[in-house]
Amino acid sequence: MEPFTSHTGRGVPLRRTNVDTDQIIPASYLKRVSRTGFGDGLFAAWREDPGFVLNQPAYDGATILVAGTDFGIGSSREHAVWALADYGFRVVVAPRFGDIFRNNATKAGLLPVRLPADVVGALQDAVESDPATEVTVDLAGRELRCPAAGGLAAPFEIDDYTRWRLMEGLDDIGLTLRHAGEVAEFERARPAWLPVTA
Amino acid sequence: MISQASAGRTLAEKIWDAHVVRRAEGEPDLLYIDLHLIHEVTSPQAFDGLRLAHRKVRRPDLTVATEDHNVPTTGITGPGVPLEGPGSPVTDPVSRTQVETLRKNCAEFGVPLYPMGDASQGIVHVIGPQLGLTQPGLTIVCGDSHTSTHGALGALAFGIGTSEVEHVLATQTLPQHRPRTMAVTVRGDLPGGVTPKDLILAIVARIGTGGGQGYVIEYRGDTIEALSMEGRLTVCNMSIEAGARAGLVAPDDVTFGYLEGRRHAPSGANWEAALDHWRSLRTDDDAVFDHEVVLDAATLSPYVTWGTNPGQALPLSGAVPDPAALADPAERAAAERALSYMDLAPGTALRDIAVDTVFLGSCTNGRMEDLRAAAGVLRGRKVAGSVRMLVVPGSMAIRAQAEQEGLDQVFTAAGAEWRAAGCSMCLGMNPDTLAPGERSASTSNRNFEGRQGKGGRTHLVSPEVAAATATTGRLTAPADL
Repeated sequence: MEPFTSHTGRGVPLRRTNVDTDQIIPASYLKRVSRTGFGDGLFAAWREDPGFVLNQPAYDGATILVAGTDFGIGSSREHAVWALADYGFRVVVAPRFGDIFRNNATKAGLLPVRLPADVVGALQDAVESDPATEVTVDLAGRELRCPAAGGLAAPFEIDDYTRWRLMEGLDDIGLTLRHAGEVAEFERARPAWLPVTA
Repeated sequence: MISQASAGRTLAEKIWDAHVVRRAEGEPDLLYIDLHLIHEVTSPQAFDGLRLAHRKVRRPDLTVATEDHNVPTTGITGPGVPLEGPGSPVTDPVSRTQVETLRKNCAEFGVPLYPMGDASQGIVHVIGPQLGLTQPGLTIVCGDSHTSTHGALGALAFGIGTSEVEHVLATQTLPQHRPRTMAVTVRGDLPGGVTPKDLILAIVARIGTGGGQGYVIEYRGDTIEALSMEGRLTVCNMSIEAGARAGLVAPDDVTFGYLEGRRHAPSGANWEAALDHWRSLRTDDDAVFDHEVVLDAATLSPYVTWGTNPGQALPLSGAVPDPAALADPAERAAAERALSYMDLAPGTALRDIAVDTVFLGSCTNGRMEDLRAAAGVLRGRKVAGSVRMLVVPGSMAIRAQAEQEGLDQVFTAAGAEWRAAGCSMCLGMNPDTLAPGERSASTSNRNFEGRQGKGGRTHLVSPEVAAATATTGRLTAPADL
């Protein structure tokens, strides 16, 4: 996973709430066994509408999705994150995220940034009125800045551990295996009557 | 999480604390996972990751797999279903690859697998409890959001993504941030005709699709205690639709009675030892939840969804709402979108909505009590000529038992299709889908745009309402017949 310290890019306003992961990537794409190539399935149904925001050339190359509240609810499919990342997004900003989606995003280096609804609204206004607007997402400083939006500088919360892991580009599994001894110790103490699958 | 001033702990906290392998300042807790459930859709990339890193599955004996999401439900009567060739019900090569991939991975890594047609195969959240693998106090994960279902037996069970699936395969642990706790307390008797499905639809409508975000819900109160295990499974299943991390019910005699004698349940001296531990799994009297919601069961009635998320639900006796009446502009826009997608006019009586498809099945409502209830409504009646009805038992064991009870004959005599076990029409991925513009009454758990097939329109209902609806061709409760 590539380390993420700070990212500056252009934003796309997605003025919808409750964007569930079936919309982000429909079930038919989940038949694939690979981890890549899901970009073509991103918002597949909505992109059939020529008026959909991602179809507007002005937003080509934008890397920051600015969405309404409860983004990523529903199915746990991590494919939703892969589709967003494959398409080119590095950050999603929303007032609230579905838990599983938010967690999945941090595993694949897609940064979920939670900000109050009025701040997200102001950001959407700014990138909608001028698609060339630059937005900086500073993970190190835990701040999102958009000078063109009235000098917007909004702090966002992210726990220390996830922030560190994303900044270092570290993989969860390798980190856990550093504690393999403690896992083994825990296992030795588990009661014998617990179920096994074989 | 909650203040440490209270000595008492909630059930979820007790289970959590008992599974912490490692806790460190500023880091998520590292939790041990007692049971890891796998299926063909969210595991391929996880196994690939293991292979690339030269890792093995740490505990194949705590891992079990099934084929459920991407399998057909026709052409399967028993084990040994061919994946290709003239006798195979699998027609899509991409689906075939995915199922083959799971089989190769399970064989290579030593994970027990219940394949299509096997007597123990079924939807992952149906077979776990059925096999007695789901037990009180366990931590259970699966690459599927409806893992919350297993909380009905007093387990802490939640859905995870593929990267986390890989993590559990490799280490049998998961780093997790401690969730907050929510009590959903329901009191009173459910009125006649009101089912566990109606109860959870009402709860989701009350909490909202994001209201449970960051919480584990414990369902409490005499109404919950009066539910059968299958009723509790239905309720816990849809915890995720309220945005919750997990949902659970404290184990009691209903739980112990359900589990005793099941294949993987403890027996003999182990049973007594387990019971002893399970009886301790209750929220302390002085525990404090971070949030509480209270419902009066007497106010409930059959519920249906009208919109494009599970929170957009109303009593069947109601009407399609008017977006103009909503004050918040974002809510109004969302409601307008939903009505446009669903092709519904404000003010239309929900009972006047005609459907062309009825789906009875899924991990929400594909169990024996659901089938019996629906058969009870369909006995002596016919599915309307304008309606196609699919009945998909949640597992092959349920299918076999239903056939023993003659339920399959009730369904086929009425004109419904009797299928093999799988996720089927819940999600538009296997051959059971809605065509664009088709409208269903479905006992599943999600009504998102395109969920059951591109352009398909879904109304979530209980099995009883599904059966009654099939006979009239419009959203109907049994009491209306």
